Parts: sequence; structure tokens; C-alpha cells
Amino acid sequence: MTRIQTITSTGALVLSLIPMAADAREMIADHTARKQPLTTWGIQFEELEYRYSDDDEEVGVWSADAFYGTDDLKFRWMSKGEYAIDEQAYEGLENQLVAQTPISAFFDAKAGMRFDTPEGPDRTYGVVGVTGLAPQWFEIDASLYVSDEGDASAELDAEYELLITNHWIIAATLDASVAFSEDRQIGVGKGLVSTETGVRLSYDLIDRAFSPYLGVVHERKYGDSADLAEAEGASAEDWFAVIGARIAF
Amino acid sequence: MNRRLVAGFLFSLLPALVTAGEYDLTVDRVDIDTGEFVKQGIGYNGASPGPVLRFKEGETVRINVTNNLDEVTSIHWHGLILPFEQDGVPGISFPGIRPGDTFTYEFPIVQAGTYWFHSHSGFQEPDGAYGAIVIEPEGREPFRYDREYVIQLTDKHPHSGDRIMRNLKMMPDYYNRQQQTVGEFFSDASEQGLLTTLRDRMAWGNMRMMKADVEDLQGFTGLINGKGPEQNWTGLFEAGERIRLRFINSSAMTYFDVRIPGLNMTVVQADGNNVQPVTVDEFRIGVAETYDVIVRPKDAEAYTIFAESMGRSGYARATLAPENGMEAPVPALREPSRLTMADMGGAHDRAHGDMAGMNHGDGDNSMPSDMSGMDHSGMAGMDHGAMARDQSAEGDPFYAKGSGLLPEAANGGKFLSYADLKAQKPLYENRAPTREIELRLTGNMERYTWSINGVKYEDADPIRLQYGERVRFKFVNETMMTHPMHLHGMWSILDVGAGEWNPVKHTVSVQPGTTVFMETEVDATGQWAFHCHLSYHAAAGMFRKVIVEGGPEGSGA
Repeated sequence: MTRIQTITSTGALVLSLIPMAADAREMIADHTARKQPLTTWGIQFEELEYRYSDDDEEVGVWSADAFYGTDDLKFRWMSKGEYAIDEQAYEGLENQLVAQTPISAFFDAKAGMRFDTPEGPDRTYGVVGVTGLAPQWFEIDASLYVSDEGDASAELDAEYELLITNHWIIAATLDASVAFSEDRQIGVGKGLVSTETGVRLSYDLIDRAFSPYLGVVHERKYGDSADLAEAEGASAEDWFAVIGARIAF
Repeated sequence: MNRRLVAGFLFSLLPALVTAGEYDLTVDRVDIDTGEFVKQGIGYNGASPGPVLRFKEGETVRINVTNNLDEVTSIHWHGLILPFEQDGVPGISFPGIRPGDTFTYEFPIVQAGTYWFHSHSGFQEPDGAYGAIVIEPEGREPFRYDREYVIQLTDKHPHSGDRIMRNLKMMPDYYNRQQQTVGEFFSDASEQGLLTTLRDRMAWGNMRMMKADVEDLQGFTGLINGKGPEQNWTGLFEAGERIRLRFINSSAMTYFDVRIPGLNMTVVQADGNNVQPVTVDEFRIGVAETYDVIVRPKDAEAYTIFAESMGRSGYARATLAPENGMEAPVPALREPSRLTMADMGGAHDRAHGDMAGMNHGDGDNSMPSDMSGMDHSGMAGMDHGAMARDQSAEGDPFYAKGSGLLPEAANGGKFLSYADLKAQKPLYENRAPTREIELRLTGNMERYTWSINGVKYEDADPIRLQYGERVRFKFVNETMMTHPMHLHGMWSILDVGAGEWNPVKHTVSVQPGTTVFMETEVDATGQWAFHCHLSYHAAAGMFRKVIVEGGPEGSGA
């Protein structure tokens, strides 16, 4: 082993010192970037917006994601936040760190951790899920969570884009979450917990890097979760007008 | 202005250099001005494109390449037959040229015709590192001309190659602004019926493929000899002269449909090799291909050289005129092309192929069965549109029957087909191939992964050939994109069904949904690159190393 290495390194040295004089027929090995898995990265704010509700509540909201990795393995950080502007408090603040790998032509499996640190009690979750493109161009992200309190829940995000033109785009989104057990501390009842439905009309102003939009968002809580919200003086259903921008770089 | 002076100065030097057989090229950071935007890029001797290198068949050239960049560079002499160490592919031919170093290429010129050179490092070529090669033959040429011009096309994009690759990986449709819209749905519905249109959209939606996926990279400015449409590169002539135009497509990603309204063009050379002359109104030039045509304007008026991209998202334009400043009308772009189900070939076969590639064999079964279910309804939906084109499709066997990419001449005249290309003089004795190698061109647009036989270069073993054999390559395009396949170091004899008159090329375009054969006389020892010449497909993995074992100078890998 050592001998072979010595020989090759000497060979390489000689070759690099006197390239024209050395055995010119030597076939080198490809260690260039081309032979390495292509590593790539991206940062996107799917939503970065100001929301104004039907009972005059003002909220700043983002849903962002940054990834780094190869075709086979990507690391993704997802961040979602809802900041109540009047109360100066995070109604929701959720960060996820997952690794994802392809399991079929259009879907990746993912696994990782989620950290919820809003005002009030924090939760840490383990997450597994799938993310990808379903037939008819529905972008799907489905996750299963188990919290540090032992409660299991699931979340489904779906998005569909309708091209009015190649620059004016309507995006319809649906986020739904279901709890398999109750966690009263964070206002979650068993069963369907909440849905958030949105429709946003955007215009691609700079490539696909900056696309301002206007839209409407409907948030609703269900069953025990709705009762818990109302008991705290919050509403179980809200309509929002939203203005913001989709950003990718 | 300055650039023109420099170029003029270089041209005046060239005759002196030719006799010397020695050339100096520097690789430099340059500004590229397309008339629409100015962008930093890479060039040779201070300009992009670099100088036209004029060689003479039979001479030995020495080319000193000095790297003034802060990264490794290389020059590949595209289409030239030479010892593999001189081929200029880092990691395969040689280690590359480090910053500040000068590498001297030295090789005999054993052929004639129109070729080009470009960097084979990173995305330096899309960033501007390319130039033309013109080789004067030893003997007389079988056609006459009074003057000649190199017409070197490229698709200059405001984004750097690295950024384009990253954007495509992040959002494969990042640059596609020809996608089907709600408006197109309703116009199709009124033409073809609501149900047919709905079925059609459903069929494509189930495959998760886009009919509009003709060009990955839109938003470029087409350049001819470094000049944008507004800058209007102009070649002068006198009425009645025969002008030889040496078309070279140095684009990163773009196929061009080339025409000169008012003139027909006699194609005399393809990829540097003489072909039996064929007169056409228009031709499609694949990425990395060259075509030499002869035109003869009888009148002293201006003519527009119009090169429209295959997907109709952009164009390059130049002018032939008796005097500078004259110009002819610039045609409008035609309607964007749409793929058809024919271009998808066996769509569900492909899904299996992809899955195997992606999953490493252990996948989700629901998708293929899904697909085969959808396929049939898709075909039914498509039949209508496809049928109308069937007849003309018979005219070009190199497109799938009913292909949406089937080219038609703007004036309704003759459009060049590969089937029209016949060698002027066979380069090799015609013999039966010793074996066949199947190369399925594979990929997944949504992941922007591109591969051969479902395997990317990073995971692939080299293709091993034996010196002296004649290999028949079978390309099966299982993707919805056109791939210009380029084998380094040895000729690609394209099977057009003409036996010993099959044309000899260096780059072979394989249209979606088609199978194309080419044969290679394995007559060059060493190791060579073999890849799709679309820059971002090659970088994503549609690339192979070919090792030729044995032979007179074989070192035995």
C-alpha cells in the first residue's frame, strides 16, 4: 500500500515537474469537481408577509426554507413564524432541521427535529415525513411529529400554482394539522386541530427571486382546539388580507 | 471600439502566425457587451469570443495557453483528432492549467474544416470562453467560394453559469417563461374541445412533465461573433459572390433554427466534414455542431442572418450587406414550440427507468402503475394534435412521429434533416460494427438530474473500448429534451441509412422519443470524454469517460 502510494506520488511529482518529458501516455484519474456529487444550496421565503385580520389584528408572518446538499442528501432548515404586532409576541415560532433523501422519482423522505418556541410553553418534536411533487403539480409536504411530551400529530401542506400568465401567478395553499392526542398547554385538542387556507396573486418582478403578492388567508381551529382558543379569548376563525413577497436566492 | 481594433490587430497577425505554427492564447476576465446588458465573463486574448485560430492541415501547431484567471482552466479543441493528452479535459486528458501557468498544447493537424475551441472547466464556456477554429485543407475543396465568414452563435445569459446551475437545481423551471397558462387552456379548449384539453393537461400533469419544456434556459441574448441583435454583426460582400458561412453553435444550451430570408443555403460541410451539397431554406444547428453553407446573393442588398432558438424564446441576428450600415427586416419570432406525447416516447417505461435511477432499486410502486393508467388517456387526448403533423414527420426520421419539435422552414421550403447529410467522401471503409453499446439518455427534469443509463457520471464506471473495434452506439432518448451527444477524440459516424456515405460528425443530436445510432472506429488510444454538450446537463451527470485500451501507443490502463 505504502509503496504504491509512494510510487504514485513520486510519479505525480515528476509529472508535474516536467510534464512534457514524463510518460505522456499516462491516463490520469478524474478527481475534478465533475466527478464529485454536485453540491447546491438555496434560500427561499415562500411567504414573507403582513396580515391584517377581520378583527383588526396585525401579524407579521414568514415561512422560509434553506437547503444545502446533493441530489442524494440534503439538509434543510425550515422556519415559520407568526408575530403579533400589537402584542409584540410570537404567536407561533417553529424551526425544523431535517435531512432528506429521494425515495421515488418525485418524492423525498425526510427526518429531523422541530423546535417550537412561541410565547408560552416550548415543544420539541421528532419529525419524519415525505415531500415532493404529486400528480397534477401539487406540491406536497406531509410530516408526522412526536413531541417531547409524547404527543403525536401530523401536518399536511399542499400548494398549487395557477399561471394566469408566465409572470402573474395564483398560488393556492392548504395547511392542515391533526393531533392524535391532546396537549392542552399549547392549545391542541385531539382530532383535526387547524387549517390555514390561502390564495395569493403574485407577480415575478425580478426573475423568480422577488415576487410581491396580495392575498387572502383563512385560519380556522376545530373541535377542542377551537374551544381552547376561545376559552383563552382568541378567535377560532380568522380571515386575513395579506401583502408580502416571495423571495428566492 | 477598442475590441474591434484589437481584433483587427490580431487578424493582421494571423497569417504570420500560421506559418510559424505557434499561437499564444491568454485566458482573461473580460467584459461582454451584448447590447442588452454588459456582463463580466471569460475570454481569450482579452475578448469573448476569442480569436479565430487558422490552422493548415498537415502542420503541427503549438499553442501556449496562459491562465490569467484565479481558477483552473483548460482548452478543449472541439472536433479535433489529436493525442488524448492534448484534448484539454481536466481530470481526463490532463490536470488542467493552474492560475498563472502556461500550458503548451502541441499536436498535428490531421483534418480540415470548421471547428471551435472552448474551456472544459466548470462553466467557463457558458461564461464566454470559446473561439473558432478554421483549418485550411491540404488539397482542393470540392466547392468554390469567393469569401468566407465564421458565424459563431452563442446564448449569452445575464447570469453566470454557476448561478444558472444553482437556480435550475433549486427550481427546474426557473428560466422557463413559456409555460402553459390559463389563457392557453381556454384557447386550446375552444380549438380542441374542453374535454380533450382537460385530458391533455391531466396526462401531462400525471407525468409531471411540461409541454413547454423545450429550453431549460431562457432569457439569453443570442450573439453572432460576440454581437447582439442590436449590435448587428455585418459581413460584407459584392453581388454575385459565393460566400461561405461557417456556422458554429457555441451555445451553452440553445439550439438555433437558422435562415437567411431571400437566400437559400447550400450545406457543404457538417462538423468539419464535407457532405454532398444539399440546398436548404433553413437548418437547425445543435449545440456544439458546425455547418458550413454557401450562399450567393445576386443583388446588392442587405440580408438578415436570423437564428431563432428552437423553443422560440430568443434569437441571434446578423447581416450580410454590400456596405456597412445596411440592414434587412428582422423576422418576428414564431410561436413557442410545444412537446407532444410523441416526444415522451414510452412515458411509463421512462418512469420505471427514472425510478430505478433515483431509488437505487427499492421504490414506491404506486407511481409506475399510476403512470400507465394515465398514459392511455393521454395518448387519446393528444391524438388530434399529433395527427396533423404526422405527414410531415415522415419527412424527418430523426424526430418522433408527431413530435412537437419537428422543424418547418419559415418560408414553407426545405428544412435540413440529418437524413440529408451524406459524406462527400467516406472517411473510413464501411464495415460491420464489432459490437453495440446502448446508451439510454435519462433524467428527471423536476430534480434536474441528467444521466446515462440512469447513472450520473459521479457514480459511473468508464466505458471501455478496444482499439481497432468498430462500436455501434445506440442512443435511446428517454427524456423530453434534445441532447447533443459529443464523443471526444474519435469520429461519430451518424447512421442516416446511407451505408458508406453516412456522414461523419463529432456531435450527434438525439431528439426526445427517438433512437439514434452512430458508429465509431475506435482508432485513438487513451481516455476521452463523452457527454451531452448542454452545459448544465453535462454538469448534472450526463457525462462518461471512455477508455480505449490497447493500440499502437497503448499504455494499458
